[in-house]
Amino acid sequence: MNAVVAVSGLTRRFGDFVAVDSLSLNVAQGRIFGFLGPNGSGKSTTIRMLCGLLQPSSGSGHVLGLDIMTRYEEIKRRIGYMSQKFSLYDDLTVEENIDFFSGLYGVARARRGARKTWALEMADLGGMRNALTGSLAAGWKQRLALGCAVLHEPDILFLDEPTSGVDPLARRLFWDLIAHMAHAGTTVFVTTHYMDEAEYCDELALIYRGKLIAAGEPGELKRSALSQHIMEVRVARPYDALDAVERSGLVQEAALFGDTLHLTVADAAQARAQLPPWFEHNGFGDVGVEEVMPTMEDVFVGLIEAEDRE
Amino acid sequence: MTSFSWRRLRALTHKEFLHIRRDPRSLMMAFLMPLILLVLFGYAITMDIDNLNLVVIDHDHSATSRDYVQRYTASGYFTVIAASDDEREARRRLDAGEADIALIIPRHFARDLERGRTVPLQALADGSDANTASIGLGYAEGITNRFNADRLGDVATPPVENRLRVWYNPELKSRWFIIPGLIAVIMTVITALLTSLTVSREWEAGTMEQLISTPVQPLELMLGKMLPYFLIGIFDMLLVVAMAVWVFGVPLNGSLPLLLASGSLFLFGGLGFGIFISTVAKSQLVASQAAMLTTFIPAILLSGFIYAINNMPLPLQVITHLVQARYFVAILKAVFLKAVPPYYLWQEMLFLLLFAIVVFTVAVRKFHKKIR
Repeated sequence: MNAVVAVSGLTRRFGDFVAVDSLSLNVAQGRIFGFLGPNGSGKSTTIRMLCGLLQPSSGSGHVLGLDIMTRYEEIKRRIGYMSQKFSLYDDLTVEENIDFFSGLYGVARARRGARKTWALEMADLGGMRNALTGSLAAGWKQRLALGCAVLHEPDILFLDEPTSGVDPLARRLFWDLIAHMAHAGTTVFVTTHYMDEAEYCDELALIYRGKLIAAGEPGELKRSALSQHIMEVRVARPYDALDAVERSGLVQEAALFGDTLHLTVADAAQARAQLPPWFEHNGFGDVGVEEVMPTMEDVFVGLIEAEDRE
Repeated sequence: MTSFSWRRLRALTHKEFLHIRRDPRSLMMAFLMPLILLVLFGYAITMDIDNLNLVVIDHDHSATSRDYVQRYTASGYFTVIAASDDEREARRRLDAGEADIALIIPRHFARDLERGRTVPLQALADGSDANTASIGLGYAEGITNRFNADRLGDVATPPVENRLRVWYNPELKSRWFIIPGLIAVIMTVITALLTSLTVSREWEAGTMEQLISTPVQPLELMLGKMLPYFLIGIFDMLLVVAMAVWVFGVPLNGSLPLLLASGSLFLFGGLGFGIFISTVAKSQLVASQAAMLTTFIPAILLSGFIYAINNMPLPLQVITHLVQARYFVAILKAVFLKAVPPYYLWQEMLFLLLFAIVVFTVAVRKFHKKIR
């Protein structure tokens, strides 16, 4: 495999707190790698170590074949990084921000004009090049930050929660841009806690309390990461049924899902046999029970709960 | 390893200039504050005591007593605000703070003098302002000595007569020694305060994290922060020198190049210190307080700018040796007023140079660690 990021046993401690706990993963070239986890699970710490901003406590890692322990300065020249906080200068204009980062990354003189035009077009800011960056709406700021992070055409792009605080339409646009870059050969390493965004990724890793708890392609994760099954039940009074079925002991979990119920069970065949009679008996009439593919959120919540039970 | 890049330095410097241009607070600090301080210290705060209010209680009402009092007003230091023969008037005026000095001339003043007796003449001073009181009493004593000499002159020549001459500042104008030292105070604000703020602002805003993810080098980052403020510092220095010479009439007797050279050394050290503060204190609030406490206040109180270091208690005198501004104030006063040859100032220059080198090296080291 042509691994652009290869990490093994990577650990970072802050005093007694283990922020990242012997993490191992590989990312292939040209892939969109989604790094999922709740807040405080170690996503940003990992990304900072990969970008050479933070020294790992132990373990090893290579980005673009360069050791993150020693050759971080070379890594910095070939990566793009967007930190979690919006990190351009609000008191500089759009164009001044682009020129500044173009200078820092040492974009060749001949390429500078073309890259600026490209960034302005990509961020859809052609008409606002003289606007102060602080006056832009969140979505535009985010796209400008992305533009500035890739002015030097990096081989890999690290994005730390790029879409937090951005409206859904702008988020969709942002992911289109990311897909575009990946298609052109740039590897994208992106963290998020939006489960719907996981669907845009080619590959996912789930991190919880500093530990990797699952990894794989989205479809594969949904099919096989959970040991439980999700049963969708169509029932007349779903709200009343929810309470009753939760107390019945037949299911591990019950949740409202639109006008249906999603019930988590250990054995699908058994559930199919037991559930309809139970609903019938409890006065909910004839119900339809069907196994459905879990959503990413189901998988994620299920895995975290399993982890917590251990 | 990535090596030093002029292009990155240029981008950083340009960006810093843009920040300053768009931030009214920095602009004020950089350009308005020197002017305000100049006007404040140039006009409002003066250590010259030449307008003392005098109450005269004359019990004698003779030509001799009037001659004696007239010498006070003629000196130019005193204004008679009240004359009375009721001593309660003297107490009232001193109590009210209207008078600085009260003279009480006894009855038979002229007659006793004629008879060759020593006449006791009381001068009361308002000691709640000790400095004014002691200077006022000094003037009074001088006037009395002169009065005595003139009277004795008829009889005998005095054994010793002082021929006093004040060098460098013949009229002892306090403005002449305050304004040159003020340059050091102003530059302290520009250097430590402004630079420490600009670096800690980047940590607070999160832009520093973005910066250090690029191939930028700590040295470039530091120089990029320092250069704009260095230029502003030199500009401010020239501005204050020009105002000092043309508005306040302070003579610039020494060489301007020497002034600029020592000013550059001082700026370099001060800017390095500002960066150092910001590597330790990452919030703007802490940084500005630290800068105030470690540079601005010592520059005013412990540099010899106004208060003579020789008069301080010994422990404080020892501390002043660590105050960078002390050496620059000494140079400024020497160059402005004394026009001494540069080799007289080699110790001060050497300290400024060493301070700059040490602080800059430590700051680059510290900065590097934080990046990692």
